Amino acid sequence: MSPKTLYDKIWDAHLAHEAEDGTSLLYIDRHLVHEVTSPQAFEGLRMANRTVRAPDKTIAVPDHNVPTTPDRVNGIENPESRIQVEALDKNAEDFGIHYYPVNDVRQGIVHIVGPEQGWTLPGMTVVCGDSHTATHGAFGALAHGIGTSEVEHVLATQTLIQRKGKNMKVEITGKLAPGVTAKDITLSVIGATGTAGGTGYVIEYCGEAIRDLSMEGRMTVCNMAIEGGARAGLIAPDDKTFAYVQGRPHAPKGAQWEAALNWWKTLYSDDDAHWDKVVTLKGEEIAPVVTWGTSPEDVLPINAEVPDPSSFAGGKVDAVKRALDYMGLKPGQKLSEVEIDTVFIGSCTNGRIEDLRAAAEILKGKKIAVKRAMIVPGSGLVRAQAEEEGLADIFKEAGFEWRLAGCSMCLAMNPDQLSPGERCAATSNRNFEGRQGRGGRTHLMSPAMAAAAAVTGRLTDIREMM
Amino acid sequence: MEKFEKLSGIAAPLPLINVDTDMIIPKQFLKTIKRSGLGVNLFDEMRYDDDGNEIPDFVLNKPQYRDAQILVAGDNFGCGSSREHAPWAIKDFGIRCVIAPSYADIFYNNCFKNGILPIALPQDKVDVLMREAEKGANARIEVDLEAQTVSTSEGQVFSFEVDAFKKHCLLEGLDDIGLTLAKADAIDAFEARASQARPWV
Repeated sequence: MSPKTLYDKIWDAHLAHEAEDGTSLLYIDRHLVHEVTSPQAFEGLRMANRTVRAPDKTIAVPDHNVPTTPDRVNGIENPESRIQVEALDKNAEDFGIHYYPVNDVRQGIVHIVGPEQGWTLPGMTVVCGDSHTATHGAFGALAHGIGTSEVEHVLATQTLIQRKGKNMKVEITGKLAPGVTAKDITLSVIGATGTAGGTGYVIEYCGEAIRDLSMEGRMTVCNMAIEGGARAGLIAPDDKTFAYVQGRPHAPKGAQWEAALNWWKTLYSDDDAHWDKVVTLKGEEIAPVVTWGTSPEDVLPINAEVPDPSSFAGGKVDAVKRALDYMGLKPGQKLSEVEIDTVFIGSCTNGRIEDLRAAAEILKGKKIAVKRAMIVPGSGLVRAQAEEEGLADIFKEAGFEWRLAGCSMCLAMNPDQLSPGERCAATSNRNFEGRQGRGGRTHLMSPAMAAAAAVTGRLTDIREMM
Repeated sequence: MEKFEKLSGIAAPLPLINVDTDMIIPKQFLKTIKRSGLGVNLFDEMRYDDDGNEIPDFVLNKPQYRDAQILVAGDNFGCGSSREHAPWAIKDFGIRCVIAPSYADIFYNNCFKNGILPIALPQDKVDVLMREAEKGANARIEVDLEAQTVSTSEGQVFSFEVDAFKKHCLLEGLDDIGLTLAKADAIDAFEARASQARPWV
């Protein structure tokens, strides 16, 4: 047998049909659904008298536009948001799919709920109408974001029409320096490859620094594969993966667990597998980073200065001019002197318990020096655990708002939004113009760095606070 | 799905790289449960000021581009979110074809599901078409999917690549789901095999 990458192995195990021209039907093991990209798909099914082929493999949860303030238990005020969530309630009921309604303690961001409940398992194919589906790749699953037409296609057929992508290896060698986190890895990779560097590829992240990451950290890394252009990013499963999965509500048990484990242990890239592209970063050289512009590739170490547009080439020159104008920054300005109005900690990138612990460590006994700061746990269970561990008290005492689970200010579809010109230190994944609210200015960073910015009121090198 | 065969139309120049889906259709318009009616919100934050008035400088607000059917843009068009609201808004505005050096993968795929042809051409050819587009109504660009060509009003012809299956579906206006359901036997057979091999799934 010819040597294979992890992606090749999962692809081959899910190939339901392949046409002569390579157009393939990939069987989908888990289909995650949320309220924003699914209503049109369910409507399409109804209009064509079609049904959901595998409701037992379909899991829905509202997350994108649900309010995160405690009063949401009384209902959603915004009529459009309410209609979307009610549509999901009804679609889940009508089509008999697994559902975590808005006030269920297990509700949360779809990419946090899937792994938490054991829906996401190694070697699976996972799709969701959301580009951050790559998060599930942390388990060695092939996980793609898809559009609404594809959501409808998967609902109706449990397959996705695909052509096989190319294999890209991103290796992070060595150990990370103190203060450097999974977020710094994933942002640094995008800084190195650009936002289109992974287009057409499936990325496998490997190397000692990746192995050393917890499952939470690995999810953070894979989550932003799409920001590097790759539809999927994955990491070979190992004992950490198996330990995370074991005992979760929908993980296999007993003899099935043993059978699954036997297969999962074969899920790695063979030594002599072919890679179409290889990127290597030295773990020791990765610094705590922040973004300064309006693309996730606009990333620099925190001790750097805002770059000059003339130091770029091609279309990027104008893009950087536009970005600096939008961001209200000047070339040569020290990033560590940029003052912050708001701090947002949460999202599918950094809304897990480990992220909250990292933020709490910085915030313990301190007060915020920004106008507002909020922590939005990734799920109701993360929230409950943080309360149990005493983290919530640390956040509240520091002056943070302690919210209910949802996507919140990552994409600002709910009431959590920036005002024009408001500058935010955010642990989310996109710094696009208007992403967190019209005119809002976003700097992406790790949870510890966002917490540090909350305390000092400016972008801050976390290493100064350690 | 609406077929795409040939198109002759005005092209609007948008010489920006990394045009993301938040720019194409900001999140506040994702609350709809319909596919239609988003054209008025296409490029909302670049097109309208805080009070909702048109910003006259924005290309689609200029009289000569209000009926544009083609958009010429920079590298990595459509990056970011998977929202299909982006192609829905483009189509609803009346644009049926985008020309750029490269696209983000999910957006590219979403276009074909909605009767929009995204054409990728090398930067130097996009530069020619960008200059052509800047002539406004004085220049019409012709797109022929069957022949896989883009032609300028001055007679330059550029060939482009497109996946044969996607081309076929677009030319015929075919519904993917119908095509896949015709292969239900293969899916049934796969499910039977997979439930033996991986019963825990």
